[in-house]
Amino acid sequence: MLGYIVKRLISLAISLFVASVVIFVVVEIAPGDPASFMLGINAQPDTVAALRTELGLDQSKLDRYLSWVGGMLTGDFGTSYTYRTPVVQMIADRMWVSLPLALYALTLSTLIAFPAGIFAAARRGGPGDLAVTGATQLGVAIPNFWFAMMLVLIFAINLRWFSAGGFPGWDKGFWGGMKALTLPAIALALPQAAILTRVMRSSLLDILGEDFMRTARAKGLTERQALWRHGLRNALIPVLTIIGLQFAFLLAGAIIIEQVFFLPGLGRLIFQAITQRDLIVVESVVMLLVFAVIVVNFLVDLAYAAVDPRLRTRT
Amino acid sequence: MSRNLILGGLLTSVFVIAALLSFVWTPDSVEAMNIAGRLQPPSSDNWLGTDHFGRDILSMLMVGARTSIAVALVAVGIGMGLGVPLGLAAAARRGGMLDEVIMRMNDLIFAFPSLVIAILITAVFGPSATNAIIAIGIFNIPVFARITRGAALSLWKREFIMAAQVAGKTRTRISVEHILPNVANLLIVQGTIQFSLGILAEAGLSYVGLGAQPPIPSWGRMLADAQTMVSLAPHVALIPGLTIIAMVLGLNLLGDGLRDALDPRLKVVRA
Repeated sequence: MLGYIVKRLISLAISLFVASVVIFVVVEIAPGDPASFMLGINAQPDTVAALRTELGLDQSKLDRYLSWVGGMLTGDFGTSYTYRTPVVQMIADRMWVSLPLALYALTLSTLIAFPAGIFAAARRGGPGDLAVTGATQLGVAIPNFWFAMMLVLIFAINLRWFSAGGFPGWDKGFWGGMKALTLPAIALALPQAAILTRVMRSSLLDILGEDFMRTARAKGLTERQALWRHGLRNALIPVLTIIGLQFAFLLAGAIIIEQVFFLPGLGRLIFQAITQRDLIVVESVVMLLVFAVIVVNFLVDLAYAAVDPRLRTRT
Repeated sequence: MSRNLILGGLLTSVFVIAALLSFVWTPDSVEAMNIAGRLQPPSSDNWLGTDHFGRDILSMLMVGARTSIAVALVAVGIGMGLGVPLGLAAAARRGGMLDEVIMRMNDLIFAFPSLVIAILITAVFGPSATNAIIAIGIFNIPVFARITRGAALSLWKREFIMAAQVAGKTRTRISVEHILPNVANLLIVQGTIQFSLGILAEAGLSYVGLGAQPPIPSWGRMLADAQTMVSLAPHVALIPGLTIIAMVLGLNLLGDGLRDALDPRLKVVRA
């Protein structure tokens, strides 16, 4: 197991290194000089040059890459070109919206998918199974931002149960914040729940055909008892993997939903930073999201290997 | 033929025909504005109503189908064109340096959330349909590479491949002549799935303004425009949304149907 962890850690480090180089290079070739952009078209050349020095834009590319990566390793993400505030502070503020939103959506999708998947698997081929599989087909076909608009139309405009967008901030109370995140979380959770239901169903169906399930039934358990006592635990392994991957996706995938609901999360931060050519913010947020995905994948792999020793030798 | 295949094939054909038809005929012009007749509900004049500029929604959807289909199709082409040879090469030299490099690169692309790739590309090159294609296409490469490699690896252990090796064929020739035809079915099915994901991705990108730019109509931007009108005229949001759902659903059903039709073994396992 230790050897496997070391091997995966090395691969994790290489992935992070390559990702940082790719992000840096892509952002570097972006046309437009941040300093000229900040000062406007009437700026004097020497003012622009002074600002370039202040922002560190006059250093060599290698120096800038090293100081960017070195800074991130010590928790210093640099200073926003536009707002002149530390990027790490901006990210931390937005994180308090994006992270709870992703967790909320993940909880909802799991709460929907588990019962739905178990229900369908237990009634394989029956009308209940058909209804659930039909619903999942529809669920994966619905664009989540359109679903979000429909939720706003029904629950915010017509029924007036929720506000149509915006975020009051956690300091105005926990429930107010949760209420503002409810419609976005539902919109995000729907397609994820459809995917998770499918995985849950097919994973359970695979398990139902196993020998130990036959043994469980042979010793006198009913189909349902066997499913709950032995089937579910074994079927959970692939399901947990997908949940891990979905969390990373939800964190990054909320970008569009945050736009629909005007939520001040990481997604809106990226969009604003792009329009303002605030490249240091773009670089850092993208790197953070990629970091989250790579680390979550790594943890999922480890969890998987801990549960199933056969995977440790996988190439 | 299965129900999925027929229903999916029919739905998909409707959209492909509508897109092709739009090159020669649409019920109305997609550029002519008619402010007096804006936000009209569906009627005999405008079957699906009009938008906030008084343009005919049906005509916009027909021309928009072109954008969606073109973007998704080329993106699948990029994914297949690069992913399949990479997957074949990785499987042919299993465990070798090339395999390792290809698979690690795949992991890396997977680690970039596709939307973030799209946003980065747009930040650098500006929003356009072409950049949307590149963004979606890049994400398709590892999908096809993985599928091809996985299927090819199991084929390399089969007797007929060993026979070809004994006969002195090179690994490249075996990959092209024997492995590729045997993974083609799998690729067609996956291609359909990626196509439907591409339609959704294109809609999402144009919704946030990163896809096809005005005046080219696109389904995603029709929804973005509809957002502020949704309380006045719900049909402007409802109809393009249902159109996207129908197209994606059709492609998914087609993919399921094709899988069952092309590989009867899977049908037995699933039933």
